[in-house]
Amino acid sequence: MKTLAELQAIRDKMQTQVGLRQDGEAKTRVVVGMATCGIAAGARPVLNAFAELVQQKGMTNVMVTQTGCIGLCQYEPIVEITAPGQDKVTYVKMDADKAREVVEQHLKRGVVIGKYTVNAEDVAK
Amino acid sequence: MYRSHVLVCGGTGCTSSGSRAVIKKLEEEIVALGLSEEIQVVQTGCFGLCEMGPIMIVYPDGSCYSKVREEDIPEIASEHLLKGRPVERLLFVEMAEGEGIRSLNDTNFYRKQHRIALRNCGVINPEVIDEYIAYDGYMALGKVITEMAPGDVIQCIKDSGLRGRGGAGFPTGLKWGFASKYDADQKYVCCNADEGDPGAFMDRSVLEGDPHAVLEAMAIAGYAIGATQGYIYIRAEYPIAVKRLEIAIEQAREYGLLGKNILGTDFCFDLDLRLGAGAFVCGEETALMASIEGKRGEPRPRPPFPAEKGLMDRPTVLNNVETYANIPQIILNGADWFASMGTERSKGTKVFALGGKINNTGLVEVPMGTTLREIIEEIGGGIPNGKKFKAAQTGGPSGGCIPVEHIDTQIDYDNLVEIGSMMGSGGMIVMDEDNCMVDIAKFFLDFTVDESCGKCVPCRIGTKRMYEMLEKITSGRGELEDLDKLEKLCFHIKNNALCALGQTAPNPVLSTMRYFHDEYVAHVVEKRCPAGVCKALMSYHIGDLCIGCTACAKACPVDAISGVVKGKHTIDQSKCIKCGACMKACRFNAVTKG
Repeated sequence: MKTLAELQAIRDKMQTQVGLRQDGEAKTRVVVGMATCGIAAGARPVLNAFAELVQQKGMTNVMVTQTGCIGLCQYEPIVEITAPGQDKVTYVKMDADKAREVVEQHLKRGVVIGKYTVNAEDVAK
Repeated sequence: MYRSHVLVCGGTGCTSSGSRAVIKKLEEEIVALGLSEEIQVVQTGCFGLCEMGPIMIVYPDGSCYSKVREEDIPEIASEHLLKGRPVERLLFVEMAEGEGIRSLNDTNFYRKQHRIALRNCGVINPEVIDEYIAYDGYMALGKVITEMAPGDVIQCIKDSGLRGRGGAGFPTGLKWGFASKYDADQKYVCCNADEGDPGAFMDRSVLEGDPHAVLEAMAIAGYAIGATQGYIYIRAEYPIAVKRLEIAIEQAREYGLLGKNILGTDFCFDLDLRLGAGAFVCGEETALMASIEGKRGEPRPRPPFPAEKGLMDRPTVLNNVETYANIPQIILNGADWFASMGTERSKGTKVFALGGKINNTGLVEVPMGTTLREIIEEIGGGIPNGKKFKAAQTGGPSGGCIPVEHIDTQIDYDNLVEIGSMMGSGGMIVMDEDNCMVDIAKFFLDFTVDESCGKCVPCRIGTKRMYEMLEKITSGRGELEDLDKLEKLCFHIKNNALCALGQTAPNPVLSTMRYFHDEYVAHVVEKRCPAGVCKALMSYHIGDLCIGCTACAKACPVDAISGVVKGKHTIDQSKCIKCGACMKACRFNAVTKG
């Protein structure tokens, strides 16, 4: 290493990776349902897609984590997104591609993708 | 890219409670569940909660597991790591209390702590330089050698008010300033990692958890005073710390952060380790440097001070591990930031190794000026078994005790000296009503007698005579005039010993005599040990509560107890060895000691 800039480059690269070791209550939480039903429906690729994209893009204000069964097993994989001070948004029947869209639209721009949410799926019937 | 990091403590405390087996099992389970691409296991340094070790924290949610056993790992892996359901019954108790899971930083143990020297301990993998760099590692060195003149660096450390964390509390900036003034063909930067106080382990934890911080700080010191070579003097009894330092030095050299022309500048600095054989006196600066030179570790009179004539008679800066660990943060955050913490004459924070009769044995870092009560009752979780706090010993064999009447004293360098103790390197041994203060003084004297290097008479012979007097008192042969003699001898040694080891050796005796004079008098006049520790001065008796169950007689290893079934038993005092087995065996509180 010959310059300070090279050192800074290593720091920036590493910071995105260790960012998840912070306790943060002011973070946006992305919670993926990872009970047996979720895993069977394909929750793991969804979880990994979120985790990878959030780190790649250096979104240190977002925390990706899992939870157990939410109870709506037929709509798995389910992803809940809670931003501080906002209502919870629940996405259903997710896959890795949809996850990518959610990262771009929802997490980056704050635009909820209505067609993937639980409300669009007419759960009541 | 991993979605989750599992941090497991690999410090000496948790290693001895089995964290290596936990890590191995964890890695196996992760492979078995096919999670190797998703979850990273990180071996870190000390979290501080050694009592509850092995400690394991799962991020991003931050759940903390304590006393983790190998057998628990399959459940944690399949439930928490795979499905995201923390195994609540295995969580650190305080986290699972009440509703939901609390953040570790909200627990009593961590809430009042402020971690500067320990900031990376338990956060990074100390064997991976990139992780240190992620937390601004080597940025301070980069800033210093590209933007600051050596004089500015020294001024910054002076302004911060940082004082030596090794014990004496000499202002670090001033020390660097002296060493920078002398011209020489070669200067040295040394690190005192010869931590020797019984019960103190903060320097070991810093080296195990964040070795690069010390390397970076030493390079900064080298730049400030014009030195190109450094030595870390570390005791060979710290194998994990030695190994991590070796790895760290190797990695720093590979990255060009040690060696020639660091970061493309003209600045050159390299470091080597020197292992000490464990003599306590080698923590004294002149003895330490003699030992590095390959000579016998004996102190010499000062002046000349090391800043003028130190290692190989060249100007040398010698600081303690914890002192160095503060330096990069001071450079990055500024002198004002550091000086805003602490008391008027003691700035920043101090790490204490809490031990003895305390619930949360471990490592804590608090701002200077925190009271002893806060450390013991809040952070330390109080005294076990509902016993009463009696005193805390700070400064190890060089310090003194702080009795309960001073529990609200704000802890800083000057206040501790005022009440007859000293900061020392940061060992804090808590004692309850079952500790005999004369016995404690004897314990520390025993240590100094062993560790005296023998070069000067006051220390070599004086401490031995002191020990003999204490032995006489605790065995019930003491007389009142012995107390006067003892005190006289204390002052004599204090004033005449060659180095700090001897000069401070009487402190445990002086401070216990000052605060617990009654206890000394009880030993001498009444031939009684109020705490029931000194065996020669106490005896066990069986009282009227005895129902004749024979449990005590069966437990007695020397058959000193006799009596018929359902009849009151008695102890033959001529046979009794005062082991206390009968008292433990009795379920009716019939056995008393006094």
